[in-house]
Amino acid sequence: MGRFHVHADGVRHEHPHDHEHGHGHGHGHDHDGHDHGEGDPAQRDAQVGDHSGYETGAERVEVLTAILDENERVARANRADFTAAEVRVVNLMSAPGAGKTTLLAETLRRLAGQLRIGVIEGDIETSIDADRLAGFGAEIALVNTGNGFGGECHLDAPMVRSALDRLHLADLDLLVIENVGNLVCPAEFEVGEDQRAMIYSITEGEEKPLKYPVMFRSADLVLINKIDLLPFLDFDLTLFRRNLDAVHPGVPVLEVSARTGEGLDDWCAWLRQPVPAAG
Amino acid sequence: MHELSICRSIAGIAAQHAGGRPISRIHVRVGQLRQIVPDTLTYCWGLVRSDDSELVVESVPASVDCRACGSNTVLTEPVPRCGACGGRDVVVVTGEEFLVTSLELGV
Repeated sequence: MGRFHVHADGVRHEHPHDHEHGHGHGHGHDHDGHDHGEGDPAQRDAQVGDHSGYETGAERVEVLTAILDENERVARANRADFTAAEVRVVNLMSAPGAGKTTLLAETLRRLAGQLRIGVIEGDIETSIDADRLAGFGAEIALVNTGNGFGGECHLDAPMVRSALDRLHLADLDLLVIENVGNLVCPAEFEVGEDQRAMIYSITEGEEKPLKYPVMFRSADLVLINKIDLLPFLDFDLTLFRRNLDAVHPGVPVLEVSARTGEGLDDWCAWLRQPVPAAG
Repeated sequence: MHELSICRSIAGIAAQHAGGRPISRIHVRVGQLRQIVPDTLTYCWGLVRSDDSELVVESVPASVDCRACGSNTVLTEPVPRCGACGGRDVVVVTGEEFLVTSLELGV
């Protein structure tokens, strides 16, 4: 037995009453432009008629599943492993060329002997960045997103998970996930991190927060890098900070230079904070 | 940019719920605060799909509730601010949706 009706656009709907799977069956009334004659049962019966003999026809199935459901499930698994190992995890994101790897190398050098640090390095094709980070005593796991992951523009939770068995999580205090250089995609994919730090460099233009609001809104800390170049550029720092404040009011900001070391004590102090409470 | 991997997720969710029946249409709901371009998504769907199914994207405008004046207003730019009083203390109510809402299954 099923209720079955044909829309003006020719789409047929049948709603059979024995489902094998656990989902509910929506009646597909959330779209505009079709008259189902819902108001009056007699009118509806007259329009729809008794089609109980039909065994075929289309069916609309309500799903209501988050598209990133699988990613979020794996992110939760990563998070559980990080919590069990008592390791703080920071997802480091930026545009290409903002100075992520240089800043990270300088950070590893400064924190060597103070914190046990692991790095998951996301890069589309090469190990160049991972090579630059070697020699500071940190554990490095490279994820080439071009290697079997289809040249992805971001790290997602399964990619991070694939790197975890190459790290000794229980022996680490801090895990830095250096995401693929990109201001769009990494912001959409949780990987199980505690916090997100974003590196913006003043060679990028003041309007970037307005153009890439999702990433700027998702950051727990924004580093303004290459601040040593300020005298040489037509960069309006006040305008940038106003744009940043418009999309993410109150976000903590540090002005830093990986080259001169300015601001890096504050950055390292931020990284040394204990694991934030879950939630 | 990441629309291809998004489409693979959509395909997986659709297959899981279709129970082996052919899929004619997949309805997805995407908030305008997500960095998803509907046209790019439907284009990528054409590359990823293994059948003739059509991806129908419902785009949801971003709106905020204002804690100061109580208004609900639609955002015209990606800056969280009340459209009535200009207040900054707002809660995003719509615009972050990212769901497969329903499938139309064929015979």
